[in-house]
Amino acid sequence: MAEDNIMLKLTGVGKKFDDVAVLKDVNFTLEKGQIMGLVGENGAGKSTLMRIIFGMNVIAETGGYDGEVFFDGNKAAFTSPQDALKAGIGMVHQEFSLIPGFTTTENILLNMEKTKPNVISKVFGKTLETLDMPKMRERAAHAFQTLGVNLSTDELVSEMPVGHKQFIEIAREIDREHVKMLVLDEPTAVLTESEAEILLAAMRKIAEMGISIIFISHRLAEITSVCDKIVVLRDGVVVVENSTAGVSVHQIADWMVGRESSADAVAAKRHEEKGPSGSDFVFEVKNLWVDMPGETVRDVSFKVRRGEIFGIGGLAGHGKLGVPNGIMGLSPAGGIVSFDGKEVSLNSPISALNGGLAFVSEDRRGVGLLLDEPIDWNICFNAMQVQGKFLKKVLGVVPIRDEKAMSACARQYIEELSIKCTGEKQLVKQLSGGNQQKICLAKAFALSPSFLIVAEPTRGIDVGAKQLVLEALRRYNRENGTTILMISSELEELRQTCDRIAIICEGKIAGVRAPETNAVDFGLLMSGEIRDDVEETA
Amino acid sequence: MSNVNALVKNVGLPRIIIAMFLLLMFCAGPFFGIPTDTSVDDVLVRFGMNGVLVLSMIPMIQSGCGLNFGVPVGVVAGALGAVLSLELNLTGPLGILVAIIFGLFFGAVFGFGYGLILNRVKGDEMIIATYVGFSMTYFMCMMWISLPFQNPSSLTGYGGEGLRVTISVQDYWGGQLSELLKIPISSHLVIPTGMLLFFALMCFLMWGFFKTKVGTAITAVGSNPEFARASGISVDKMRLISVVVSTMVAAVGIIVYEQSFGFIQLYDAPRAFAFPSVAAILLGGASINKANITNVIVGTILFQGMLTLTPAVINSAIQIDASEMVRIIVSNGMIVYALTRKAR
Ligand SMILES: Nc1ncnc2c1ncn2[C@@H]1O[C@H](COP(=O)(O)OP(=O)(O)OP(=O)(O)O)[C@@H](O)[C@H]1O
Ligand SMILES: [Mg+2]
Repeated sequence: MAEDNIMLKLTGVGKKFDDVAVLKDVNFTLEKGQIMGLVGENGAGKSTLMRIIFGMNVIAETGGYDGEVFFDGNKAAFTSPQDALKAGIGMVHQEFSLIPGFTTTENILLNMEKTKPNVISKVFGKTLETLDMPKMRERAAHAFQTLGVNLSTDELVSEMPVGHKQFIEIAREIDREHVKMLVLDEPTAVLTESEAEILLAAMRKIAEMGISIIFISHRLAEITSVCDKIVVLRDGVVVVENSTAGVSVHQIADWMVGRESSADAVAAKRHEEKGPSGSDFVFEVKNLWVDMPGETVRDVSFKVRRGEIFGIGGLAGHGKLGVPNGIMGLSPAGGIVSFDGKEVSLNSPISALNGGLAFVSEDRRGVGLLLDEPIDWNICFNAMQVQGKFLKKVLGVVPIRDEKAMSACARQYIEELSIKCTGEKQLVKQLSGGNQQKICLAKAFALSPSFLIVAEPTRGIDVGAKQLVLEALRRYNRENGTTILMISSELEELRQTCDRIAIICEGKIAGVRAPETNAVDFGLLMSGEIRDDVEETA
Repeated sequence: MSNVNALVKNVGLPRIIIAMFLLLMFCAGPFFGIPTDTSVDDVLVRFGMNGVLVLSMIPMIQSGCGLNFGVPVGVVAGALGAVLSLELNLTGPLGILVAIIFGLFFGAVFGFGYGLILNRVKGDEMIIATYVGFSMTYFMCMMWISLPFQNPSSLTGYGGEGLRVTISVQDYWGGQLSELLKIPISSHLVIPTGMLLFFALMCFLMWGFFKTKVGTAITAVGSNPEFARASGISVDKMRLISVVVSTMVAAVGIIVYEQSFGFIQLYDAPRAFAFPSVAAILLGGASINKANITNVIVGTILFQGMLTLTPAVINSAIQIDASEMVRIIVSNGMIVYALTRKAR
């Protein structure tokens, strides 16, 4: 292996947060034009490693790192993302950083706008040059073409489904001149399988252009299908650095956890045991419309049986996420929603919560979490404000926080969902993505809802923990008789968990099917090639 | 070495530098003819006088309304309470109690209006707060002239209309807190126990407030308003409550200040309280969206210490009046520092 063919080389990289070592002596190399899959359980240190390579400020602020990073033959010690960008590294973060009120073109070419000199700029410098919009649009279109996606260059980002935003992030990175390496931190977590396919194909094309890619994903099948080599992190240590040739998904899962995982951890089967679903309809939605940017719902009606797990799937942008956000009063909505015979008034989160509904939002950082507060606050806050739990009275009248009860409750969920943290007082912003997701679930469980709505419940959660989370949902459903509405981009997950699945297409229900229905049928429903005209009641 | 690093990280570099500097001033004092007990007395008194005003920053910071540059709104409410108490010719404990009750009342009323305004300008609170503070100060200037006050000791000396610029409260309720339970240590050093205890009580109440259900909701609104909304909380209502509480506490704060100072200052004066209070809490380690009581205590001691000691030492060392200069450099410098390294 010739030295000059190496794009990235790490030697002895280590990182500590407050004396907790999260990375220890990490070594690996990445060749030019290679795609490397980086896998590991939630909290293994993947995002942290990428932040080091990209020179993110959090790293320096928390005491820097040990070891050395070589990029394209030179020792790289980037002190800011700008340095990394200049050197030719592009990064798409686990959480997005697009600017909502800008068009796709503007977002892609942000900071590297094609500018035309004008009189003022000649005097005052380049920042005042006029934007050359036609030129910019052309470049954006070119970036989309490379990716093989079909998006408008003039659409506002705030009006887009989250899956499309992901493509724009990536388009933005590959459009940079002299980009040599891309870091993609869970880019597919918000995409449906078919959309992920497009992205994987695009990655192949990019790699053929000689650009190296580091790809992080918890969907192991994607790793085996697209990557040339794989690096497995376990508790901050590289346990495997290998070519992907002949490696199975199952094998990777074993490496990640460090023991033989039971077969169903990866190839999970559908739960045999039927839930406690009764015959009466407990939750009814009639002619619901929701005005959620990028996820408009036009006219949706469905009924959910008592004790059932009802799934909603569909492509990004067709409105599957609009349904829960409308019901919970987070987006403007109209129509009739009733639970247990009582109408739930729309556009008012408190009345939905008071009616016994709880919601795990798909937007965990925007809506789901108090990032600057500790874990126990996040888990207990809703239950405290809505139901008056975790409060005790002083002087007989003034309700104050019952810190002990909060800690106890938080510790219970940390245990149950195996949340990786230093204790219930750790700030949520210090947790890894997957562990933050678990906090969102715990928050909903703490409400002991009679109707639970979960949107993208396993987003960013590793294979092992995914089964844990889905199992927790099913157990919750069985033991408490809780009716669950589950929205997911992952069809497989819906088929594993739900009793019935509705597919949404263009803001309307295309059809409701049993989970055993074959995947091709579901695919046709999603793309709108089949559509049941009669309202489904069976 | 790593211990030193940890200390710097926990306490924060600006605080360490300023604390060292203060210590230096304490030690240098005697060489320039300023006895140490005088220095300590000065710092204690100024700390007690300003503490409650700085404390009034907390609710608005916690609810996400930012630094309360509109402190003058609360200050005029307190001043109004104080003159009304004089108007009723009340003296002693009753006098100050009535002043505080009136101050709280006007603080609530003014704070409500102020809060409604801030709810309409989310994202620009601090700029608008500054304007509201200015406007309120000048609006009250007109009131000080035109309201029909009667007490001759409040009115301008030469039989004209309106209130004086500074009104002495010595004959009414001056020193009611400062003199209470005071402990004379030496001829220059008297511990104003009552005033310090009152500050402690206010801190305790504030701490308690943020333990309540409403206090918790306010903190959540400041941390992530979208999260709070999804939890069924009315974001506007919580912000309004926080502004009202901030303004009421500021009204009490100025009365504490006045009883120690011995005078009520009207007209332009309320404006002068905004920057020092903001600077003090920032110096104490608060950010524009998180603050706690430790920040208030540490910040007030350090900031007031700077203001009292430095000019005294410099003046006697080089015979130039540097107090104004130091005050401006420190308070503005601290504010600029905090605003430029605004979190995320
Ligand atoms: N700023 C921080 N302060 C303290 N600890 C942190 C901080 N950032 C990350 N950590 C810890 O470092 C560990 C690794 O986190 P990291 O985000 O790298 O995990 P990850 O492999 O990306 O996981 P996921 O698959 O869930 O995204 C976690 O235990 C996390 O709690
Ligand atoms: Mg991560």
